[in-house]
Amino acid sequence: MARVIVDVMPKPEILDPQGKAVTGALRRLGFEGLTVRQGKRFEVDVEGDLTDERLDQVREAAEKLLANTVIEAFDVRVEQ
Amino acid sequence: MSRIGVVTFPGSLDDHDAQRAVRLAGHQPVALWHAHESLQDVDAVILPGGFSYGDYLRCGAIARFSPIMTEVIAAADQGLPVLGICNGFQVLCESHLLPGALIRNDVRTFVCRDQRLRVESVDTVWTCAFDAGQEITIVLKNGEGGFVADPDTIARLEGENRVVFRYLDDNPNGSLNDIAGITNARGNVVGLMPHPEHNMEELTSPSLDGRTFFASLDRYLSALVG
Repeated sequence: MARVIVDVMPKPEILDPQGKAVTGALRRLGFEGLTVRQGKRFEVDVEGDLTDERLDQVREAAEKLLANTVIEAFDVRVEQ
Repeated sequence: MSRIGVVTFPGSLDDHDAQRAVRLAGHQPVALWHAHESLQDVDAVILPGGFSYGDYLRCGAIARFSPIMTEVIAAADQGLPVLGICNGFQVLCESHLLPGALIRNDVRTFVCRDQRLRVESVDTVWTCAFDAGQEITIVLKNGEGGFVADPDTIARLEGENRVVFRYLDDNPNGSLNDIAGITNARGNVVGLMPHPEHNMEELTSPSLDGRTFFASLDRYLSALVG
């Protein structure tokens, strides 16, 4: 079974309060100069052969449900 | 007496408060279940506050694909009055019935308070009984109420008088342009983060401004009949 990874990140211009909170916590722990933006990773197991058509279906699913393209960008890749 | 549907999703919290508000406003509440495919010929629909589907994935993202929402979207496109409150507003944005999105509050905390608002547009089904520019107080309680959209969308909303409510005093959540609520081009779909269903009775609220939402709907529906 093939595994496809969908990474979803808030667009650069969108405020990321979670990432800001993590960044602040890292600084308090003594990790200097680390700025975090927080996103989501989806692991999608695809039944059957991973054809171009199936990969397009995953992209469609990402666009329709996994990401809100008003505020988020997504990237789809096959796990090697 | 009008029949006003209130949708219950798994995780809705304020559906019964919304039904009660409908009753207090002199109408008949009709409970609509997320998994059903009929709006039961209601005259308007309220999408209530809460945490539909546990806010999994994104607030409102999974509710948007429930069977009842297919009906709500089709009916809203035909002009049915729809009011989305808090989580309901998030569902309307995820459904693309309204533009933009709601993200986590910039203050990173849940905010719960009596919020002053200015009514910016009375050209909607849900605000036509307010005075333009009227200042009102409505309960606000949310963790993800920051309204965002790209600059072109914000300019269009402002230019077309589709910002319906604006926060007064402190902006509670980082919403762009202090936007608390917006409407669609037709004015039948309104979404806002504050909870007018909690401002219906003197015993439990500092204002009765929620009643004017229903007075607005009354005015609109009776004009339809007339």
